[in-house]
Amino acid sequence: MEKFQPVAGNGLLDRRAFLRGGAALAAAVTGYARAEPLAEAPWSKEPGELVPAYGTPSKFEKAAVRTLSNPKGEPRTSHARTPHQLLQGTATPNGLHFTISHAGNADIDPAQHRLAIHGLVKRALVFTPETLSRYPLVSRFAFVECGGNSAPLFSPEPIQATVQAIHGLASCAEWTGVPLATLLEETGVDAKAKWVIAEGADSPHLSRSVPLEKILDDAMVALYQNSERVMPGQGYPMRLLLPGWEGNMNVKWLRRLELTEQPAMSYYESRTYAPILPSGKAYQFYFIQEVKSFITQPSVGFGMKGPGFYEISGIAYSGNGRITKVMVSADAGKTWAEAALQEPVMSKSFTRFRIPWQWNGGPAVLQSRAWDALGNVQPTRAEIVAQRGVASRVPPPTAFPSQHYNAITSWAIDANGSVRHVYA
Amino acid sequence: MSTPRLVALLLACGTAHAAGPNLGQPLTHAELAAWNIHVLPDGTNLPKGTGTSAQGASVYAQKCAHCHGEAGKGAVSAALVGAPPIKSIDATKTIANFWPYPTTLFDFIRRSMPWQAPRSLSDDEVYALTAYILAQNKLIGENDVMNAETLPKVKMPNRDGFTPRFPNLMPPRSGRDL
Repeated sequence: MEKFQPVAGNGLLDRRAFLRGGAALAAAVTGYARAEPLAEAPWSKEPGELVPAYGTPSKFEKAAVRTLSNPKGEPRTSHARTPHQLLQGTATPNGLHFTISHAGNADIDPAQHRLAIHGLVKRALVFTPETLSRYPLVSRFAFVECGGNSAPLFSPEPIQATVQAIHGLASCAEWTGVPLATLLEETGVDAKAKWVIAEGADSPHLSRSVPLEKILDDAMVALYQNSERVMPGQGYPMRLLLPGWEGNMNVKWLRRLELTEQPAMSYYESRTYAPILPSGKAYQFYFIQEVKSFITQPSVGFGMKGPGFYEISGIAYSGNGRITKVMVSADAGKTWAEAALQEPVMSKSFTRFRIPWQWNGGPAVLQSRAWDALGNVQPTRAEIVAQRGVASRVPPPTAFPSQHYNAITSWAIDANGSVRHVYA
Repeated sequence: MSTPRLVALLLACGTAHAAGPNLGQPLTHAELAAWNIHVLPDGTNLPKGTGTSAQGASVYAQKCAHCHGEAGKGAVSAALVGAPPIKSIDATKTIANFWPYPTTLFDFIRRSMPWQAPRSLSDDEVYALTAYILAQNKLIGENDVMNAETLPKVKMPNRDGFTPRFPNLMPPRSGRDL
């Protein structure tokens, strides 16, 4: 039973233990309680429900919904957060993909929608969704994360909230669309062009400036999300996809791309997504969603069922490329063990990590820490506080005291099995 | 993205239409006019028109005060007047203590406001509201006229308060100094 010996403090087991023999593991780490006699259930004794034209989850999964910051549509931004604690794998269901809309979801008739590309180009062109759908398409997985995701962690005291409330403004999907490099080959690019200003057809006409190099590198006009047409909350009928870059820059309801020499210094780039530093200066043009991970199971609200076997699982991602390693600690960072990464591990996408854990019923503090292909390592809380500061007061969980927080998240489990958010 | 790829693209575009699907339709400047609303920090693409703070005050009372409060003091939506010092990372960002460019004010009002009916204001009304808000913040004089010439020259207090997170990802500055 050597392979079931802990590899790090507080009961973390070798990530390969299951691969070597899951049944033996289960027998080794859990005692079997006597089962109830099995019986025919009502649903096994009559035909089931009508098959719907568009399927929805079981009525028993009603908890797996997004949380809404503005359910009555008051004149402000609306946020809908992904329930990471109830999901597994890496592809966020389309109905659960996080959404931020600054004035509701635009209700666009695709037959009337146009995408104009103009400015410092040789030939200004306009495209319909139908013509774009005829272009050679590419598919790729990519996470999208709001620059303000995880902002509650700037609080000077740990906010007691779920992983959905804290990290729910990040999701991952397979996006299919037309590479912008293809479209810019047809418009031509003036040698003076350095930026591309993207604008939405929503009522705020949201606009963001993107360096031309990023546009030509891996940007896409996304038409499909997890194989179906992009959802209204994701910009139907098309959105700009900038893999790994700040969510707000991935302009939804995309209607216009203007090539320029200068950035627009739009409201969202010169003011909103410009986090203030302790010096009083502010970052402008953050661009990258830096390497991050967090544990989704167990996390706040998770019902621990007493000592025994649990799998610790979570999500890691980096706007700089692939995740190369995730380490997990069950003793507040004193000792660490390497988690298994679910294949395939894809660049700028959610990567699911898992590690088996034998909980002895005593206090534990769970943490994860990720590394990316460029060698970036997820900072500790102390490191990010030293660089970026903390908020002057405890904010509401839905507030954004600053942005671009990517340090380690800690979940404390006490002897009765309740999970709390802590700083460790 | 490699710079060679950009160079190759520029060279390819210099000759003839690329051998792609070519399904886009040519778009003239006139056809684009209704959408062509980006205003750049140096004033590029500011429209004709003009407005003063006094003119803006009446537009403001009619179309903005409901959400932003009397005289820009704030209500359900953010205050537009005031410059509390930035003493913490979660300090309130205001036009006067944070916004680096006056052109952003014109651009944002024109594209996004009023929240219930954006693109309903005339360019003169947008200039007038811009003048009103700048004057209320004492960033211009009460009688200053805002137009395509004067607006880009307004100096915002926090103009130099910013730094890029990753300077290597920033395109080189153009010849025009912002």
